[in-house]
Amino acid sequence: MTSTSSPPTGRARIPRRTLRTDRWWLGPVLTTLGLAAFVFYATARVFQQDHYWVGEHHYLTPFYSPCLAAQCVPEASLFGRLPVEFPPLVPYALLSLPILLLFRVTCYYYRKAYYRSIWQAPTACAVQEPHRTYTGETRPLMLGQNGHRYFFYLVGAITLINTWDMAVPFFHGSDGGFGVGLGNLIMFVNVLMLWGYTLGCHSCRHVMGGRLKSFGKRPVRYWLWSRISVLNSRHMLFGWLSIATLMTTDFYISLVASGTITDLRLFN
Amino acid sequence: MTERTFRVWRGSGENGELTDYTVEVNEGEVVLDVLHRLQATQVPDLAVRWNCKAGKCGSCSVEINGMPRLSCMTRMSVFAPDQTVTVTPMRTFPVVRDLVCDVSYNYEKAREIPAFTPGPKTSPGDFRMQQEDVERSQEFRKCIECFLCNNVCHVIRDHEENKEHFSGPRYLMRVAELEMHPEDTADRRQIAQDEFGMGYCNITKCCTEVCPEGIRITDNALIPLKERVADRKYDPLVWLGNTIGRRPKDTPIVPNTRRPAEEE
Repeated sequence: MTSTSSPPTGRARIPRRTLRTDRWWLGPVLTTLGLAAFVFYATARVFQQDHYWVGEHHYLTPFYSPCLAAQCVPEASLFGRLPVEFPPLVPYALLSLPILLLFRVTCYYYRKAYYRSIWQAPTACAVQEPHRTYTGETRPLMLGQNGHRYFFYLVGAITLINTWDMAVPFFHGSDGGFGVGLGNLIMFVNVLMLWGYTLGCHSCRHVMGGRLKSFGKRPVRYWLWSRISVLNSRHMLFGWLSIATLMTTDFYISLVASGTITDLRLFN
Repeated sequence: MTERTFRVWRGSGENGELTDYTVEVNEGEVVLDVLHRLQATQVPDLAVRWNCKAGKCGSCSVEINGMPRLSCMTRMSVFAPDQTVTVTPMRTFPVVRDLVCDVSYNYEKAREIPAFTPGPKTSPGDFRMQQEDVERSQEFRKCIECFLCNNVCHVIRDHEENKEHFSGPRYLMRVAELEMHPEDTADRRQIAQDEFGMGYCNITKCCTEVCPEGIRITDNALIPLKERVADRKYDPLVWLGNTIGRRPKDTPIVPNTRRPAEEE
């Protein structure tokens, strides 16, 4: 009869898991599908070890940046190549990918997304969760979530590398020199979204000014905090947009790199 | 005027049940108006807690079609004409009768928080706060203590056993507010985690979703408090700085505010 897991405390013994009549399940379903699409696509691409570089215009997909394996095209390796050939199924961007993944896994928005839609704690507001016990983020395994700020620092550096990767192709037009193609524009938008997501991070907001007790005494940090707060209030939006632009950028570059399409040049 | 079906929780928590009523509804009314009409015309013993009818006193918190809401701020026009409106008491707290809950859990948690602690050398007339610092805590002061956030929080809503270790979003927000006060000298970060259960929060934002005052509880209070706890307990660089430099002095919870264990 009862739907609560409590001993007899006098709570209302409402027999149903929830009395909500709206489509509360739609958000978690869409979130799961969105996350699954990204995970499947990214997994397939990073293990492919091919179609990541367009030599003519120096397009490098963010999934292979910085390229570290001995097999990498030399121009695609910003920091040089390791002297070992990576065996199959080892991603060429072996250093940056785990950091990027952990940054998103420990992100306060994505935590909400997967706690709700995958772990179902809770599936939606006022919908009873299926777990008998709940300890939240108190257990040792979950304490790693507190390391989000360190992943933020590292991802800041990786986003700088992505910005460099985006800028270099502007100086590799079809006849040499400055040029703009559709690939440049896609990469530019992607980098904008990546910065929007990275700088809007809750840890960034805390480090830049949120940790202060007094804003009045630190006007510069208050200004930084208030600008970051604008991005932070759209963190979910930038989270999804950056996933979408990452996949779009990678897909476009893979099509051009594999010769399936040619880059649409707008200028030179 | 139309007639609508209302399904209302009647009785105590353990022996209550949902009962259907057909009741008159007029244009412009809110759910509380209809509950009052029920009381006036059909069930004079229906217990409903209310006061201001303006969304400012926080008394009329109930669950309407499963969602925690203020009944005085829920317009009847949001429901389809043929939709049954189900009104139940808040699930997280024990029912006194019908739609009225015993919310003393919240007051017990409130008492445990060390109050505002200005520096001993500062007299009240010396406080000078900048507008931006005032605005920061002003958002949290909008709270009307309707307890919808604590009611919807799954940590205690679905797990009664966690009530002992978890103060709920409303009081973690209070801790955050005090920690952000420029004139406050206490350090509640350690007890925020160890006594008030900050670690139980998995930032799923339901508290923010149901807040009738639109306070961004998760983004502006809970996550900043989680980051402050990370500073105090989990960041090796901050720990190193504290070891070499000025060490934090943790403030304990207010003494004698918890019942002895055998009574719990």
